[in-house]
Amino acid sequence: MNQNKDGSGRRDFIKKTTAFTALSIVPASLLKAGENNEAIATFIEKAPLKLEINGKPYNLTVDPRMSLLDMLREQVGLTGTKKGCDQGHCGSCIVHVDGKRVNSCLTLATENNGAKITTIEGLADGDNLHPMQEAFIKHDAFQCGYCTPGQIMSAVACVKEGKANNPEEIKEYMGGNICRCGAYPNIVEAILEVKKSGVKV
Amino acid sequence: MDNNIKSPAIQFADDDRVDGIAKVTGRAKYTADQRPENMVYGVFVTSTIAKGSIKNMVLHKAKDAPGVIEIIYYLNCPEVPGHNPYRKDPNKRGYEWRGFKVFQNNLVHHFGQPIALVIADTWERALHASSLVKAEYITEEFETDFDKLRKDEKKLKPMGTYKRGEEEAYKKADFYIEAEYDIPIETHNPIEMHASIAMWDGDNKLTVYDKSQGPKGTQSALAQNFGLEEKNVRVITEYVGGAFGSGLRSWPQLPAACIGAKMVKRPVKVVLNRRQMFSMVGYRPQSWQWIGIGANKDGKLLGITHHAISNSSRLEDFREGIVNASQYLYECPNVNTSYKILPLDINTPTWMRGPGEASGAFALECALDELAIKMNMDPVELRIRNYATLHPVRKLPWSSKYLKECYETGMEKVGWKNRPSVPGSLKENGMLVGYGMGGGVFGAGRGNAAVKAILSQDGMLVLQSAVSDMGPGTATTMTKIAAETMQMPQSKIRFMLGDTDFPPGPTQGGSTTTSTWGGGVSRVCEELKKQWKELAIAKADNFKNLKADDLDVKNEAVVSKTDGGVKISLAELLQKAGKQQVEIVKESGSPAEASKYAMNSFSVHFVKVLVNPTTGEIKFGKVVVTGDGGRIVSEKTARSQMLGGAVMGIGMALTEEALIDHKTGNYQNNNLGDYHVPLHTDVPEIESWFPNKPDFIINPMGSKGIGEISLIGFASAVANAVYNATGKRIRRLPIKPEMVV
Repeated sequence: MNQNKDGSGRRDFIKKTTAFTALSIVPASLLKAGENNEAIATFIEKAPLKLEINGKPYNLTVDPRMSLLDMLREQVGLTGTKKGCDQGHCGSCIVHVDGKRVNSCLTLATENNGAKITTIEGLADGDNLHPMQEAFIKHDAFQCGYCTPGQIMSAVACVKEGKANNPEEIKEYMGGNICRCGAYPNIVEAILEVKKSGVKV
Repeated sequence: MDNNIKSPAIQFADDDRVDGIAKVTGRAKYTADQRPENMVYGVFVTSTIAKGSIKNMVLHKAKDAPGVIEIIYYLNCPEVPGHNPYRKDPNKRGYEWRGFKVFQNNLVHHFGQPIALVIADTWERALHASSLVKAEYITEEFETDFDKLRKDEKKLKPMGTYKRGEEEAYKKADFYIEAEYDIPIETHNPIEMHASIAMWDGDNKLTVYDKSQGPKGTQSALAQNFGLEEKNVRVITEYVGGAFGSGLRSWPQLPAACIGAKMVKRPVKVVLNRRQMFSMVGYRPQSWQWIGIGANKDGKLLGITHHAISNSSRLEDFREGIVNASQYLYECPNVNTSYKILPLDINTPTWMRGPGEASGAFALECALDELAIKMNMDPVELRIRNYATLHPVRKLPWSSKYLKECYETGMEKVGWKNRPSVPGSLKENGMLVGYGMGGGVFGAGRGNAAVKAILSQDGMLVLQSAVSDMGPGTATTMTKIAAETMQMPQSKIRFMLGDTDFPPGPTQGGSTTTSTWGGGVSRVCEELKKQWKELAIAKADNFKNLKADDLDVKNEAVVSKTDGGVKISLAELLQKAGKQQVEIVKESGSPAEASKYAMNSFSVHFVKVLVNPTTGEIKFGKVVVTGDGGRIVSEKTARSQMLGGAVMGIGMALTEEALIDHKTGNYQNNNLGDYHVPLHTDVPEIESWFPNKPDFIINPMGSKGIGEISLIGFASAVANAVYNATGKRIRRLPIKPEMVV
């Protein structure tokens, strides 16, 4: 559960920190304007962010409350990464940040300054699918396909981490990815095949 | 709307999904992935009481928040024509909600009901502003406790009875048992949360992207509610990220997005959050069932009496076929059933995979197991002794029924011969081992669907229909059926779906899609072949003296059956006819002779469980799911669907339970961290098996549906196996470790 002891969640935290940050960084001239919410907001809602997504450099201005997931989907337009719960439970939003799998709904966009992000859109080499993508198709490792980007990104990392040596290990290290269609056995088969093939992921 | 994206780089086997590449590359566009220009975001404010009315809403802080464009609530919500028959009498509680009506009055019907929609230029801004809206309420007493209230007969609404023979007959049998069974609220929880994006073109033209199992149904509902002509409403549902029944009707985000978009004159996107997926979307209702069942020494059932109560909301009488299978799954002279609903102050339930039957099968199939054990008879043998060959209610033969084959193969595959005759007597590596089985039945209906076929000079055959696909692989199956009918490669066929601009058909649900649209595809392809043959005879010189019966269509050409040299390619034929393309639409439905038969799909599930005697943890040694789904069109996707049903069955049996806090009326575990759907580690090796025998009475492919039967009966197999392993008879789902030790 992504809840603190007093029941406040990430959003409350963001609200509080944003207000605090606002007071500390907003120029005095603006504060004098008193109730000018829009002006303050316009100032504080524009955090600069420089990062690389799928090998391409981006210079962005983002709302500091924005998650990496919402930045990818709503601002950059890379909608392959999915929102399934926005609470870190389902794993549909998993992307690679500097090569590590991360729930993009649980990281603020601004935390990723200078990072190299890989999303599902950046996994294939042009028309040549990544071996994990091919294996998912071959083993029918999905039905609706909604959790699939997260499953695949997680699976690639799972193999890279050396945690895909047998079905039991794969299940344990894929534990953060929910598939409500129940394609789990096929997902495990797909990952195992990629691992056994020894192909570079 | 391209559901057939092919990459030139790789060649796929024929059984691979035609939308596989779109799904593994992130190219597949689900509702919330659509990004129309100028779009703004709507976020719901929801009620924090279970029943009462809104006294006052404090909006000024939210209105002043940056980026807020509009806040819609009951005082400023424009009239929606066809929305509220009780508008003039706001205090009257009637059937005015139907999951489709928002902000029409100040009444609160359940906790988590939408009471306002905050629209802002970014999602973050809308979310923040929504937290600033405060509501003051007048609260009323509410009722949410099913276990307590279902015992109060006055609170129940009768939903019908069925009577065949005597109600007390089961008591006269040599052996009988009586038992009650409880199933909690279960939620569909597809990983894609319900979402809608609405766009108006003037006052009379509406386009929505919507997560729906039935674009046509959604279109009709929108037209009716907003007073529009159907042709002016377009619903697009390109990809659906799972639904399992939750997309059979619309939820509040759809009307809210439509109202919002009209007010702000920009496209509005409203996506439910996971908490709202509990309080605004339907669920499998909680149920209580009582069964009395008796059989004589020869194993013949004498009587079944089955009573059921399930919950509904205060606003709608939601009912499902919970006692139906007890009436006809087995041969039995005396069957009596009754069904009642208990209205509660919570949101309305809806159909969830195997609706009704999945709940009913848990009770019936556990009761049969208990009876078999009392009789000292193998539970499979008891079922075979009461195998129905004529539908016991309708007195009709089945169009096809290969259930015996399922019993036999399932027993063999799970290793039924190792089942201990004394519960708790078999151990493997310190774990108690038990075997159990349970089955079910569901209708194998076929609806009317229209399909358009377009063949162009480049040899591509495009098929279009307004069906949506929540995951089973509809486009894949349809492509295979078309390829088979046309005798042409799948790579030349493209099946397009999910758009009301395509010819109409019913909602995807009730295990009817392959039958309904497969029948439609087959029909339109046959018509295409007929037209080509006629065209060949009319336009090609060497066909002049031939009749249609002398011709075949295959390999994209019309060929003489007797002389393979007499042939003309379809492209050439189009050229000769001076046409760029041929386009036809054909509708088809259930054939008339189908009314002479009962039509059903059947399933039997076998499981081997391993129970830790110290902790009560239940693991699976083996799972075998078998289903008579007629001829299987795509073995690969059908197997996946059976696996999916078993996985959902594992959740139903062992972990899934939506809990309500009766002090507030709110769901206690309304997130995927606390509502436990199966994870990778919960799922064992699963084997699926089909008799794969065609049923040509239903449709030309010989197929019956499998989406529901893959789940129906599964939970009973687990409960029966747990009894076999431990001697503990658990009649309340989910089966928790503490119930077992």
